[in-house]
Amino acid sequence: MGDILSLVAKRLGYGVITLLVISILIFFAVELLPGDIAEAVLGQSATPETLAAMREQLGLNQPAVVRYLQWLAGAVQFDFGVSLITGDPVSSAISQRFANTLFLAAYAAVIAVPISIVLGVIVALLRNTIFDRVANVLTLTSISSPEFFLGYILILYLAVKTSMFPAIASLRGDMDFIDLLYRTFLPALTLVLVVTAHMMRMTRAAIINLLASPYIEMARLKGTPPWKVIVRHALPNAWAPIINVVALNLAYLITGVVLVEVVFVYPGIGQLLVDAVSKRDFPVVQACCLIFAATFILLNLAADVGAILTNPRLRHPK
Amino acid sequence: MAIKKKDDVLLKIKDLRIEGYSDEKWIEIVHGVDLTLHRGEVLGLIGESGAGKSTIGLAAMGFARDGCRISGGSIEFDGMELTTTPESALRALRGSRIAYVAQSAAASFNPAHKIIDQHTEAPVHYRIQKRVEAQEDAMQLYERLRLPNPEEIGFRYPHQVSGGQLQRAMTAMAMACRPDLIIFDEPTTALDVTTQIEVLAAIRDIVDQFNTAAIYITHDLAVVAQMADTIKVLLKGNEVEEAPTEKMLNSPKEDYTKSLWAVRSFTRKQKNRPKTKGAVPVVSVQDIDAAYGDVKVLKDVSFDIYAGMTVAVVGESGSGKSTTARCITGLLPPTKGKILFNGEELPASYRDRTKDQLRQAQMIYQMADTALNPKVKISEIIGRPAQFYSGLSGGELKSRVDELLDLIELEPSKYYNRYPPELSGGQKQRIGIARALAAEPTFIICDEVTSALDQLVAEGILKLLDRLQRELNLSYMFITHDLATVRSIADEVVVMRQGEVVEQGPKDKMFKPPHHPYTDLLLSSVPEMDPNWLTTLLEERGVDNVGEASDASNKG
Repeated sequence: MGDILSLVAKRLGYGVITLLVISILIFFAVELLPGDIAEAVLGQSATPETLAAMREQLGLNQPAVVRYLQWLAGAVQFDFGVSLITGDPVSSAISQRFANTLFLAAYAAVIAVPISIVLGVIVALLRNTIFDRVANVLTLTSISSPEFFLGYILILYLAVKTSMFPAIASLRGDMDFIDLLYRTFLPALTLVLVVTAHMMRMTRAAIINLLASPYIEMARLKGTPPWKVIVRHALPNAWAPIINVVALNLAYLITGVVLVEVVFVYPGIGQLLVDAVSKRDFPVVQACCLIFAATFILLNLAADVGAILTNPRLRHPK
Repeated sequence: MAIKKKDDVLLKIKDLRIEGYSDEKWIEIVHGVDLTLHRGEVLGLIGESGAGKSTIGLAAMGFARDGCRISGGSIEFDGMELTTTPESALRALRGSRIAYVAQSAAASFNPAHKIIDQHTEAPVHYRIQKRVEAQEDAMQLYERLRLPNPEEIGFRYPHQVSGGQLQRAMTAMAMACRPDLIIFDEPTTALDVTTQIEVLAAIRDIVDQFNTAAIYITHDLAVVAQMADTIKVLLKGNEVEEAPTEKMLNSPKEDYTKSLWAVRSFTRKQKNRPKTKGAVPVVSVQDIDAAYGDVKVLKDVSFDIYAGMTVAVVGESGSGKSTTARCITGLLPPTKGKILFNGEELPASYRDRTKDQLRQAQMIYQMADTALNPKVKISEIIGRPAQFYSGLSGGELKSRVDELLDLIELEPSKYYNRYPPELSGGQKQRIGIARALAAEPTFIICDEVTSALDQLVAEGILKLLDRLQRELNLSYMFITHDLATVRSIADEVVVMRQGEVVEQGPKDKMFKPPHHPYTDLLLSSVPEMDPNWLTTLLEERGVDNVGEASDASNKG
């Protein structure tokens, strides 16, 4: 196991380097945006004096590299500066929103991952039957429709026409957990529909890919029933690609939910990002981007480690 | 191993017909084969690839691979008609009453589970034994099959166990439910000769002990002679003849059987090194060491190859034969020592070699299937090196390709525009040879070029290589683990073991005693057509002194 720990440490190190490169990209990309931050913040009340004062206050007179280093030093301690709009610390604004997004992602993942893997196994078992084709068509339809469209369809049928669920997923502090699950069901369902197809099809493909292996024929020649051939003999060898696609989709659940959050007016980090961009609240934009990048890197790292842990050759060296 | 009473029939196959699906229609591949097997009898099925041996073996379990179907005839196993039995009832036979041992144990064990868990799967599933009982039984079987550490070995994963041991573990697994019948499908083909012996001995022991009937499928006559009571010869889905082993070996009736028996009749006169003083070898390997990462794989390897001669490099898998070839071609720069070509030192890496140095040494590979790009026309496969090394183009290039195709005895107009998948195994290997010749080399490395081929086809390739050598004065480095091939084509032999040269010399000396003990082990491990060969050998060596066991004792 020592090997795996050192491997994880090594990958984490690479992750940190990647994150550093991304932070440079984010900072200077924002820097490249046309217009002056002070001007943007002050808007119509900009006079030469107030602009100068604003620049002084924001430290814009210093060279970009110095400002980058200052920003980075703060970011390492989760201090992303102060929002230009509200004047509150960015970290406190983001943390609640990010927690909300994580909650929604976890909600969707808890439903989507088991369903898609079980469905993937079933369609692999029943491959080329009607069930397989219907499942394929349905999941393909859901993955090919834009998520905002899926969201509106769900609102139309489950909220407007039948009023089974609320159309707007607004959150209040005093809601209990069940109520929370109820209110956020529609956005979670939308996300489930979007990610299930991808994971299910990958599970199916990974398993079917293995069915031609001699050890699968051996299992069949030992009299193993078909479902057991798939679950016991094919699935354990198919984990690596499945884990990878699951990780990719989890990352999407956190970073790609902007549209869904907007549709359901859900107070997540995606909506915050959209607001911040439109208001030119650059510290918030930078912080959000950095968090998204870190999420991607961590989930990919988790996928790699997962793939290693499920490979007996790597887990039990000669 | 006496043949049992006639009324004790276990398996009776009559007029079995099997179809395979290709090009969108069903084509018959087994054309009415009969087969009768008594309890405790071992039947050897032999034939070349495409003879339908495996297909018939699987049909005896009521099983047809995807894309195949049993289309006619009857398969009666112990009174049960398998062709009409529903799938669920057939499944209940498999693993419990009929078991299967596959060619490659390394590929047929599931890499994700421990060996013993795969062993106990069938007995636990059929509720013959509880899990713990099944595990104890497995350990006993491992011990009977003389696996090292029988108490512990099952708890390893397949990749942690050697090929020969895995093959025995698979035989043990087939025995788990004490079946009435085991199908052995080329169980030793992928093994080295020294390992093959212990697996053969183990299989024969266990089949005897439990009085299990077996169908033993192989293309190797000498092997089947050791194992079978009766031999059936197949050709392209038809039976050629069947007879008790002794009779079949001594007096085969059919011409095809005789031709199989006569294979390896090809020999050529051994050449000797040039007598003139100061003759420079074409290739001289001098004291090379090589390593993959930190793992040292070659140590002080030296040998010379003179013009127009064939040097066979023999040894078990992992002995460093192919690594030496990689060093000579510059794919793996040696860590020490040098390689001289006509007396001149070659740069270690192929990147630093000139075009002319590169053209002088060409390779032919074992798997013609994977060594030829399936999407590229034959004319281009052969034409590209001619273009690259000789700068030919247009009409010149075409006539050169035609010339090369003529040289390998394939009609140019017929093959010029075809693709590799349309060719047979032997034809593909010929294309591989033409590709090597296209560069106009003086030296060719042949890496197990005949191992994947049927014996008759392999002989054709050897004859072709011999003719080309005479006509073009080529030097060959012939990598092989097959000593019969060495006997027929080599002038000199280099024996390698664990990255070192154990012994080398002219062929006539190498095949005559006294040998180095390892050379002796290799030579004596090659199966002979004598049905008593294995028994005699085991008596001479002692049962605990074959294969890996003797390997260990020789190390000291």
